Amino acid sequence: MTRRSALAFWLFVGPFAVGLLLFTVVPIGWSAYLSFFDARNTVTPSEFVGLANYIDTLTDRAFLDSLGTFTVFAALVVPTTVLLSLGLALLVDKVRVARAFVRSVFFLPFACSYVVASLVWKMSLFSGLDSGVANTVLGWFGGDPQAWIGTVDPPLYWVVLTTARLWLQLGFFMILFLAALQRIPRHLYEAAAVDGATPGWQTFRHVTLPGLRGALVAVVALNLINAYQAFDEFYNILGDARGYPPFARPPLVYLYYTSLGSGGQDLGRGSAGAVVLALVIALATLLSGRLFRRRA
Amino acid sequence: MAVETSRRAFLAVAGLLGLAACGSDTGRGGSAKGTIQQWYHAYGEDGVQDAVRRYAAQYPGAEVEVQWNPGDYDSKIVTALQNSGVPDVFEAQVKVDWVRQNRVVPLDDLLGDARGDFVQTLLESQTVDGRLYGIPQSIDTQVLFYRPSLLAKAGLTPPATVDELLEAAERLNADGVRGLFAGNDGGVAVLTGPLLWSAGLDFLDADGTGPGFDDPRAATVFGKLRDLHTGGGLLLGSPTDWSDPGAFVEGRVAMQWTGLWNLPKITEAHGDDVGVVAFPALDGSGTASVPVGAYSAMVNARSADVEAAKAFVKWLWVDKTDHQAEFATKFGTHLPARASLAGATEGTVKQVARFVVDSGRIASPARWPDRANTALSDAVSRIAREGAEPAGELRAAVGTARSEIARLGK
Repeated sequence: MTRRSALAFWLFVGPFAVGLLLFTVVPIGWSAYLSFFDARNTVTPSEFVGLANYIDTLTDRAFLDSLGTFTVFAALVVPTTVLLSLGLALLVDKVRVARAFVRSVFFLPFACSYVVASLVWKMSLFSGLDSGVANTVLGWFGGDPQAWIGTVDPPLYWVVLTTARLWLQLGFFMILFLAALQRIPRHLYEAAAVDGATPGWQTFRHVTLPGLRGALVAVVALNLINAYQAFDEFYNILGDARGYPPFARPPLVYLYYTSLGSGGQDLGRGSAGAVVLALVIALATLLSGRLFRRRA
Repeated sequence: MAVETSRRAFLAVAGLLGLAACGSDTGRGGSAKGTIQQWYHAYGEDGVQDAVRRYAAQYPGAEVEVQWNPGDYDSKIVTALQNSGVPDVFEAQVKVDWVRQNRVVPLDDLLGDARGDFVQTLLESQTVDGRLYGIPQSIDTQVLFYRPSLLAKAGLTPPATVDELLEAAERLNADGVRGLFAGNDGGVAVLTGPLLWSAGLDFLDADGTGPGFDDPRAATVFGKLRDLHTGGGLLLGSPTDWSDPGAFVEGRVAMQWTGLWNLPKITEAHGDDVGVVAFPALDGSGTASVPVGAYSAMVNARSADVEAAKAFVKWLWVDKTDHQAEFATKFGTHLPARASLAGATEGTVKQVARFVVDSGRIASPARWPDRANTALSDAVSRIAREGAEPAGELRAAVGTARSEIARLGK
């Protein structure tokens, strides 16, 4: 019997364990191995270089800039997403007619591909032509047409990147908040009303918000991870066949160009960068975990 | 019992499927033995794909399979060359790293008597340590297209110096038409070379052992690009980039820096109202220039049959001059890579052919490392687009370039 259940265990878990080993564990180990070698254009390097790739990465201005870019992007996108998706959820929660329809309308953009949305944002909404949608709207208010993506000073490209990201993900986080809202027991509101809490801010502050605490933590964490993984819209909006500009280059785009771009694939330096990033993220996660635990 | 049997059967089937999946993973993409795999990037001009497939079908020596690669072809080739025998034959520009790591094979023996017929600067650009690794397929070049009627209206002559170009870009900027389009990055990618040459500098120094822009004049000339950006005459944020004639054809700009290959579409749109000039000189110590580049046919050292692949390259890119002439001139406008095929050109094409002979410069020398190129174009971008201080930015780029070039020299 035990032998049979062991067999069943490996039968069901085996394929996934093999997949995990082959496509996740081995590549991670291999990447760590590569980071100590001069691995230009090869995954089977022979020249051991010690920590040279790490020193190179940590002194590379482009790499440090990429961490800055991620920070700016997260600072722009995380608070706005939390506030706007929460606001949307509260509004949709109040809707009495055609609720499913309204919910779907806001959720729909989430089903859109990042690449497609990026191209629409780049070529139609925020094109630098006078006839671009953003420039047309600007024209109604007497503004001069702007080259949204091409303008560095002031950095208007952030408007393009942030709005694209918001449009794509607001609906998803709205649904998370909506689910959490509907799980707050009705009797709490009734009790609050009996105790004399005014509907509106007071109720929201003392009943709704505490009830959403779990969802809030999840949304912030998911958002931070999403911001860290930013690649698609940056690559498709700012990159072109000739490469990528030196600004607004998030970590993954930097690593992509270092290790896989047409510019002589330097897998050693790319792997070192990946290891450093993994450490940074692990550290940030540990710190935030400790922070929440202390509060709880 | 029945359950037991079906579980066994499931295991057997799953095992077989697993084996079958392993069996097909040969890296040869399931092609028949003896087939030559040839890769091209996706040419934008209509008809090229049909033509190269037709050439391949006509080859008597072997079966040739053509793969057309849309998207980021250059990265794809670098990845393919790492561990794969596919493609056998491909088009690319020689990289020193490939030669050092024995990824590609020398092709000197294919040229024979034809060697003298090829444009020599092109052959040199595909040569590393005295051996040739790519047979040039055709010449690509870029020029400044302008509308003579618009220049005349503004009382301007075609720009002969960088300052005149800046002035023209500003003064032609009127009535919703911008002065100049040189890509959505404002010329950082495509004008870096021409700007260096205009100041008498280059990517590499004369003997190819160090950067060629460790000079205060580099700061001056990239400062001019900054002036162009702040002058307001530059079109940015166009839906199409510099390599597409869209902005010029649709009349959104008076001048555009783009490839000669767009000439047919441009002529169709503007008829006789089209002029071309090379990129002008900064002053007396620089020169006007046009960048010259060429995809060359190369052979993968890991090919299952290197000799068969070389034989095919010799047949198509050395012997079959009629195919080469058609490839270069019939789809979009390119220049043939061989002097004997260049006779039939006329008009604007003849003018540009003159530019190439007089002032053609190699757009991306084999010994110019990619990382050095990234460092330089990042510096130029910061100078031109963000207003960074030129001397400091260039000093950092010179440092990176110097160590990268030294590494390649090993």
